[in-house]
Amino acid sequence: MTYDTESPYHELLDEEMKSVRPIKRYLVPLLFVLVVALLSGCSDQIIVLDPKGPIGESQKDLIYIATILCLIVVVPVIVLTGIFAWRYRDKPGNNATYKPNWSHNTKLETIWWGIPVLIIIALGIVTVSYTYKLEPSKPLVSEKKPITIQVTSLDWKWLFKYPEQGIATVNYAYIPEDTPVRFQLTADSPMNSFWIPQLGGQIYAMSGMAMTLFLQADEPGEYYGSGANFTGRDFAQMTFKVHATSDAEFNDWVKEVKSSSPALTEEGYAKLAEPGSAEKQAFSSFPAGLFESIVTKYAPGGTHHQHGSADMGMPQPPDPGKQQQTASTADNHMAHSSAGH
Amino acid sequence: MLDNLKEFASEFFVTGDPLILGAQVSIALTMIAIVIVLTYFKKWRWLWTEWLTTVDHKKIGIMYIIASLLMLFRGGVDALLMRTQLAMPELNFLEAEHYNQIFTTHGVIMILFMAMPLMFGLFNIIVPLQIGARDVAYPFLNSMSFWLFFWGAMLFNMSFVIGGSPDAGWLAYPPLSELSHSPGVGQNFYIWGIQISGIGSLATGINFIVTILKMRAPGMRLMKMPMFSWSVLSSCISIIFAFPILTVTLFLLFLDRFLGAHFFTLDGGGNPMMYINLIWMWGHPEVYIVVLPAFGIFSEVVAAFSRKKLFGYASMVFAMIAISVAAFFTWAHHFFTMGSGANVNAFFAVTTMIIAIPTGVKVFNWLFTMFRGKIQFTTPMMWAIAFIPCFVVGGMTGVLLSVAPADFQFHNSYFLIAHFHQVLIGGVVFGYFAGLYYWWPKMFGFKLNEHLGKWAFWFWNIGFYVCFMPQYLLGLMGMTRRINVYDFDMGWQPLNVVSTIGAFLMGIAFLFQVWQIAHSIKFHKKDTTGDSWGVGRTLEWSIPSPAPVYNFATIPVADERDWWWEEKERREQGIQPKAIPLEPIHMPKNSAIPFIKSLCWFTAGFGFVFNWLWIAIPGLIGVAICMLVRSFQYDTDYYIQVDEIKRTEAALRGAN
Repeated sequence: MTYDTESPYHELLDEEMKSVRPIKRYLVPLLFVLVVALLSGCSDQIIVLDPKGPIGESQKDLIYIATILCLIVVVPVIVLTGIFAWRYRDKPGNNATYKPNWSHNTKLETIWWGIPVLIIIALGIVTVSYTYKLEPSKPLVSEKKPITIQVTSLDWKWLFKYPEQGIATVNYAYIPEDTPVRFQLTADSPMNSFWIPQLGGQIYAMSGMAMTLFLQADEPGEYYGSGANFTGRDFAQMTFKVHATSDAEFNDWVKEVKSSSPALTEEGYAKLAEPGSAEKQAFSSFPAGLFESIVTKYAPGGTHHQHGSADMGMPQPPDPGKQQQTASTADNHMAHSSAGH
Repeated sequence: MLDNLKEFASEFFVTGDPLILGAQVSIALTMIAIVIVLTYFKKWRWLWTEWLTTVDHKKIGIMYIIASLLMLFRGGVDALLMRTQLAMPELNFLEAEHYNQIFTTHGVIMILFMAMPLMFGLFNIIVPLQIGARDVAYPFLNSMSFWLFFWGAMLFNMSFVIGGSPDAGWLAYPPLSELSHSPGVGQNFYIWGIQISGIGSLATGINFIVTILKMRAPGMRLMKMPMFSWSVLSSCISIIFAFPILTVTLFLLFLDRFLGAHFFTLDGGGNPMMYINLIWMWGHPEVYIVVLPAFGIFSEVVAAFSRKKLFGYASMVFAMIAISVAAFFTWAHHFFTMGSGANVNAFFAVTTMIIAIPTGVKVFNWLFTMFRGKIQFTTPMMWAIAFIPCFVVGGMTGVLLSVAPADFQFHNSYFLIAHFHQVLIGGVVFGYFAGLYYWWPKMFGFKLNEHLGKWAFWFWNIGFYVCFMPQYLLGLMGMTRRINVYDFDMGWQPLNVVSTIGAFLMGIAFLFQVWQIAHSIKFHKKDTTGDSWGVGRTLEWSIPSPAPVYNFATIPVADERDWWWEEKERREQGIQPKAIPLEPIHMPKNSAIPFIKSLCWFTAGFGFVFNWLWIAIPGLIGVAICMLVRSFQYDTDYYIQVDEIKRTEAALRGAN
């Protein structure tokens, strides 16, 4: 009766493992086969874990790191639950130790306060460093200069504008591969969230501000995108495809849109913005300053909606030379507003 | 004239959908049936004096539980409708508008009108019995809380057949919930239904804090208090800080909609992000408010059926208080993707992860309560054991979601849906079921049929995993929440079918429980011991089941953590407790005011929903009159005399 405060777990493991081994022998391989069968059946469709760009890649790594750290606690807990429930069941002939008044052990409690603390410290450090590394408004390191796409969430369709190319599309987009894309997001609708899982995580598209999200596709392909924050009736229709192509194909596509599509006028935009779902569309041009006017129409005074990682109020004109400066301005805003909190 | 009436009726009542028509007809038939039954059996007076006007915490608790089970049915049907729609891509079972209403009402009902009242029901029945009190601190206020909840829930549910349901999501983010995007009355029902019942919740929080702090049996210092009562205390502390935020937030939204204010609008200088911050400052503590009492229940159940002292009592108390405090510093993790910048996200990511530490400690303490116990696999214990792996996995996915940059890939996807259902079903629902089964004999004097209970248990558990495990994968496959149709090419269908099957398994499990209750009412064996399971450790098991109106004829000196367990051992050794002389017992009188006043609130809320001041103002006047009448009531209490106590006790314990 003196051993219970000394090392209850050693003795326990010896005596318990024997009784569960036969079950485990079959269960573990069976589970393994099941999981493998399931994952191989649809692994190419688990798009979050099949990223095609640097941001998505880092996020996938982070998901794996965090999962492994959590499993350090989760697996032993599940195994212990099974062992204890089996070992200490109240059945005739079960002569496991019964100690009805054993209710405290400083050493044990220190262990299970300590282990989670250590794991959370480790996970916390990883998370904080990735939070800064993957800040969505941070420009990607690349030899190519980023292209800008201005994205507007409408009721219930996505409008993509290419200020450098002067074209616009609805519910689909083309991007050149291996080139950072600077998405500027806003909404002329309730707030939405812009998500292309294989390129990387989402960010909200909100009225009265232009949020910045840098993404990049490392290889050509067709990537699924959608709105992730509910905006009303036909929200489910707000899906789109992003086509990543070679530079040449991208330029061909731009030329084709320019030559064969109608222009988007102010009236055309007003009509497009009316509630309803929409087919894919392309426009050879759009009114100058349309994106800026969408942003500012909800932001009286321009500075009212100052916010974190967004480019405030008036987005910068899409002048490639100013790209770097814009990004650092955004970072300053971020630091400023965070300190203010 | 007739045409006008027709036009009015077609707008006033929700029309045009066969599902809703069916519901309307069945609601009308049910109401007629209730009236006929009550009249036929001459039960109106009984209903009024025994139930509607009661201030007895045990009866109020039972009414809470009945209401919450009805709401579980409604919320469950909502869930099955959604799962049916999602089983096939591009299915047209539910139109988008209808689907949007259903996921909105599912969320609101399950959290606010199912989990909360089930929790309050258990608070009401158990806490006074467990701490040796004769009622709660404010019995009149307690009745008020229940009826405010009840009429708030009725107002909310009414939107299903009258005027149209809210359809902007369970937290009603503006600008979608503003007049500009939701011009119908649905959002008004949302605001007033929640507002009225929310005030009741706040009052309950205050009531139980005072009850626990001021009305414990002599000798029961705080650190001797049973763990469930501790969990109620920590939950109520969160309630009194969180619910005022909800009330103010919804009131501001009401001002936007009713008076054209601009707190959360897009124009006029409003800011929807403010609403989102405020609603989650309530919403995040809210999930801990509902899960903490479940932790308390597991602590009681695991110790009782392992027939062993709870391991690490002090750690458990500290962990719970830590969770209820930390819960207030994590709200922004619900919108890491709003672009608040790396500093804000890093802060809230770390605060969120920190909550995993005390939660993990609690899990280990439960495990080591089982260690070297003598475990009986009764239904309450089975729910408690099933909870551990389920909650641990749900907690793990919660930690994954708290990793801010990874959350960019999880946010609003089915990964998130699977996570919060896993912690809310695996934690809260499993916990309340454990509590319901465990304390059922204390409430009604008989146990629920264990055999049927085990069928329900397995259907619930298997159904749960079949339903929600595929949803994690669906989230990683890019499926976002709140969509009613999806493209066949995405490959989401097989897993959605599996998930739907799981949902229906849980539906069958619920039917098993209904059957179980009906069967047990008919064929039960009356419990004569008061300690129905034979393993009770705390005060509530020392008195007859169901407890007499005054609970304790004499209040024992409960100066040990497991007082009843120790007392039983003493009695076995032949040490009889010291007899305490009976004294007249001071009790509160029934009152009709809580019922009437809440009905007046309901009327006022209904008026505001339709902007009909001619209904709203009389409703508010009714509220004021009730307050005035109550202020001048002095005859609110009475004494139960000693010989009556003797008679009651002899009748209750005579069977021993």
